[in-house]
Amino acid sequence: MLQARARAVRARVLRMAHDGKTPHVASALSCVDLLVALYFSVLRIDPANPGDPGRDRLLLSKGHGCMAQYGALAERGFFPEPVLDEYARDGGRLAEHPGPQCVPGIEAATGSLGHGLPIGAGMALAAKLRAASYRVFVVLSDGECYEGSVWEAALFAPAHHLEGLTAIVDYNGWSAMDRTPPAMDPLAEKWRAFGWSVREIDGHDIEAIASVLGAAPFEPGRPSAVIARTVKGKGVSFMENDLEWHYRPPTDDDLRRALLEISG
Amino acid sequence: MRAAFVRGLTAAARQDPRIMLLTSDLGFKIFDPFAGEFPGRFLNVGVAESNMIGVAAGLALSGMRPFAYSIAPFATLRCLEQVRNDVCYHEAAVTIVGVGGGYSYGPNGPTHHSLEDIAVMRSLPNLTVLCPGDPVEVEQAVGAAAKLGSPVYLRIGRAGDPAVHRGPVRFEIGRALTVREGRDCTLVSTGNTLPLAVEISDCLRADAIFCRVLSMHTVKPLDEAALRVCSEETRALFTIEEHSRIGGLGSAIAEWSAMNRVPGPLCLFGAEDRFASTTGSQAFLRALNGLTVDKVAGSIAAKLAGAGSC
Repeated sequence: MLQARARAVRARVLRMAHDGKTPHVASALSCVDLLVALYFSVLRIDPANPGDPGRDRLLLSKGHGCMAQYGALAERGFFPEPVLDEYARDGGRLAEHPGPQCVPGIEAATGSLGHGLPIGAGMALAAKLRAASYRVFVVLSDGECYEGSVWEAALFAPAHHLEGLTAIVDYNGWSAMDRTPPAMDPLAEKWRAFGWSVREIDGHDIEAIASVLGAAPFEPGRPSAVIARTVKGKGVSFMENDLEWHYRPPTDDDLRRALLEISG
Repeated sequence: MRAAFVRGLTAAARQDPRIMLLTSDLGFKIFDPFAGEFPGRFLNVGVAESNMIGVAAGLALSGMRPFAYSIAPFATLRCLEQVRNDVCYHEAAVTIVGVGGGYSYGPNGPTHHSLEDIAVMRSLPNLTVLCPGDPVEVEQAVGAAAKLGSPVYLRIGRAGDPAVHRGPVRFEIGRALTVREGRDCTLVSTGNTLPLAVEISDCLRADAIFCRVLSMHTVKPLDEAALRVCSEETRALFTIEEHSRIGGLGSAIAEWSAMNRVPGPLCLFGAEDRFASTTGSQAFLRALNGLTVDKVAGSIAAKLAGAGSC
């Protein structure tokens, strides 16, 4: 069931990248399974009431992967399918990085890396201050973990016992020009050392993602971090682990072949 | 002005339970009145300004009204992208408080001086820029900022700034206050040069030059109506600020003046385009930049007499 959703979202990602002639298709494919598990299993949300103060929040801090988020939100019913045609079009609502409340379900504008976790921490702090029970999930990329502000927030959240906050690192091993450096490892240990309760998972095993994230917070009084091992370009063999697809929009032929593979 | 800020914020927080105060580890003891009364609404986030602004944005997007406090360059330049993206782009109801505008932290050196903040902040969409001129204005500016419900940069002095107003004033965002009447020229001040501007006006009066003084506590949006009236009723406009002459209040008025083909001279008094090359107090550094009663009053008198350039 979740796998079928993920296939549908991947198809949307490919069509958006092709039609909009935009980069970052591989970054979006990397986090599709994480977002599908979140939107279809983990998050307490109601597409008919996207502003519900008690809703769980999801921030895609790696904003360049937003085709996956737009696709998942449409699939979940936050807005009608044809809105996706506005992606990267003149006068459209959907930019290559999401704007504030550009469509229902977008909780924060992202695009410059390192911004989502501090904002998410503020949202989780507000929940704590008001004794609200909503949770906040922030999806980051491993390349994003170069940003100092990620670690400022990583230090802040445990200090203030923000157990409603979960950071998920889409760890595909690539940044924009290279593999992320060996010094990024052991990434789980870094989060653990900062005081987070950490789990490591296969970021494409949707059932496992849903099960682990559904159990957050993992420990009382601590924020949770999930290091999700992923493949950049996942699901399309010729896009996997090839940095070209951080930049190249799919041609007509690429799209046809890719759609065949994911429906496979 | 710090004490006035805390007084104003504490009073506002009694009315509005959404108000919070975040500091990036600055303000030892001065927040005790606020923290004592509202312990759950005061947070030292640590020396991490980028995170502080992001957290403040997240709080505001969740219905709170946070004030985020640090020394002016750290509250603005260090975390500029968070101010731009997280606060301004989201129209989040965050007030960024920069303490120590201009040379307030004189002997601390140029790392602590704030001579570019107005220029940078007034270029950001959705951001209201407030530079109250004395502790009375500060106290009321805090309440106005809290009520506004959109992003604000509040630039204040430090300690010991003299009061100009004798009692509460009608503080309205975007409405300049006339502090001295006069028909010969207008001296427009923003922030902590207001007491100096009043002294300059008093000095000119001895030479029978009647210099109106405006406290342009809101640099953005600029009170264009007040400027129009002053340009019609007085012969020349002068601006004064403890800020670089590039991009501050003077620049804002020069832009307005050029766009509106305002007749009559306009002269800017402010800091030179350089880092202080020597250490010194606020008064010393002002003097190095010509920001003294004698220098400015002399320049204004010369200009009105048809001599001297700005």
